[in-house]
Amino acid sequence: MRALFLRDLALAIRAGGGFGLGLAFFLLVAVLMPLGVGPDQGVLGRIAPGVLWVGALLACLLSLDRLFALDVEDGSLDLLATAPLPLEGVVAAKALAHWVVTGLPLVLAAPVLGLELNLAPGGYAWLVVSLLVGTPALSVIGAFGTALTVGLKRGGLLMSLLVLPMYVPTLIFGAEVVRRGAAGLEFGGALVFLAAITLGALALLPFAAAAAIRVNLR
Amino acid sequence: MSIWEYANPKKFMETSARLLPWVTGFAMVSLLGGLFWGFFLTPDDFRQGSTVKIIYLHVPAAIMGTSAWFMMLVTSLIWLIRRHHVSALAAKAAAPVGLTFTLIGLVTGAIWGQPMWGTWWAWDPRLTAFLILGLFYLGYIALWAAVDDPDTAADLTSVLCIVGSVFAFLSRYAILFWNQGLHQGASLSLDAEENVSDVYAWPLWTCIAGFLLLFVTLVLLRTRTEIRARRMAALLSRERMAG
Repeated sequence: MRALFLRDLALAIRAGGGFGLGLAFFLLVAVLMPLGVGPDQGVLGRIAPGVLWVGALLACLLSLDRLFALDVEDGSLDLLATAPLPLEGVVAAKALAHWVVTGLPLVLAAPVLGLELNLAPGGYAWLVVSLLVGTPALSVIGAFGTALTVGLKRGGLLMSLLVLPMYVPTLIFGAEVVRRGAAGLEFGGALVFLAAITLGALALLPFAAAAAIRVNLR
Repeated sequence: MSIWEYANPKKFMETSARLLPWVTGFAMVSLLGGLFWGFFLTPDDFRQGSTVKIIYLHVPAAIMGTSAWFMMLVTSLIWLIRRHHVSALAAKAAAPVGLTFTLIGLVTGAIWGQPMWGTWWAWDPRLTAFLILGLFYLGYIALWAAVDDPDTAADLTSVLCIVGSVFAFLSRYAILFWNQGLHQGASLSLDAEENVSDVYAWPLWTCIAGFLLLFVTLVLLRTRTEIRARRMAALLSRERMAG
């Protein structure tokens, strides 16, 4: 499992792995937003939590197709499926690697973009915390979505249709934590919900994703 | 005699052919009767006026919108565990019907909300959960359409259905565990102290029965169509093999 995790990391970081593309997309969304909405500092500050969360979500979604597609093309997913490591473990390791190369950079870049979007000073710490707690759920849910569509030739659009509704609770509670944190309100409930979604997704969805992969490899 | 005999497509076709006229008749009687009773024979509410009567479409449609997903969950589980094709086809047949009920629930809610709440739509947890359920129906139908091999499609959609039931459950019971928001709480429970007045409740129960029977009718019809389509495909491929 560790070997697989390290292999996926290495593949992503080396040339052609698309490492950093998600991050660049996230930066662009955050730059486009003030240009579209207008430079009013008050408005920007109010929409900043939502914009940053939606940006993180879309950046995550765009990088999902790489999760299994390359391994299906060169046949290494068949090898992984017959390996002694259970397929659920394979999914978990690959989702974790996806989070490290996509989710973690987003978490680190978010405060800088928050500065650009005039996020209230109280919000930065909670922006980082909510993204740190919430983005693993995005990777695992995404792994399930790609596992469903991995056998299709052009499954990208269908995958977004399947994955985005499942992202909604994470988005709602994630943005809520930042908004309440920035306004100095009590946010414990939303943060606990966010953590619950992540833990629930981590615990259950690898099984669903592995089941879908088995069907698709049949 | 066990329920699994109906997993045999031939047996299912025979029984459903005999049942269908009866179910259709009962559905029409209770639906038309309930709607007529509700629309013309009940008084206007003293605060809401006649807009209160949209309840006879909104509540049954919303109930069936979530119930359809639970029915799909049961048939998907039967497919995954026992591999009965009729079960998978019933789930496939129910999805567009459930989506339609969900849309009816959303649209009638908006039409009622405009004069009553002063807005077509509010980002209330209950409304949002129901909208997400509608999107799940769309994804489910799209996944069925996208996968060529019918058994693979049935397996994948069954897994999606199991995961989606979390959201169906949420939108069904959001009314109980989120008190904030515009949407009113449960008012048709058997054990609650304060409910909708009996004048409205009886025609409403009739409408709910009508929608339920309508759902059964449509699902039986569509499952029969799916079975026939499957037989056609089998015949065609056999002819191609022979010729």
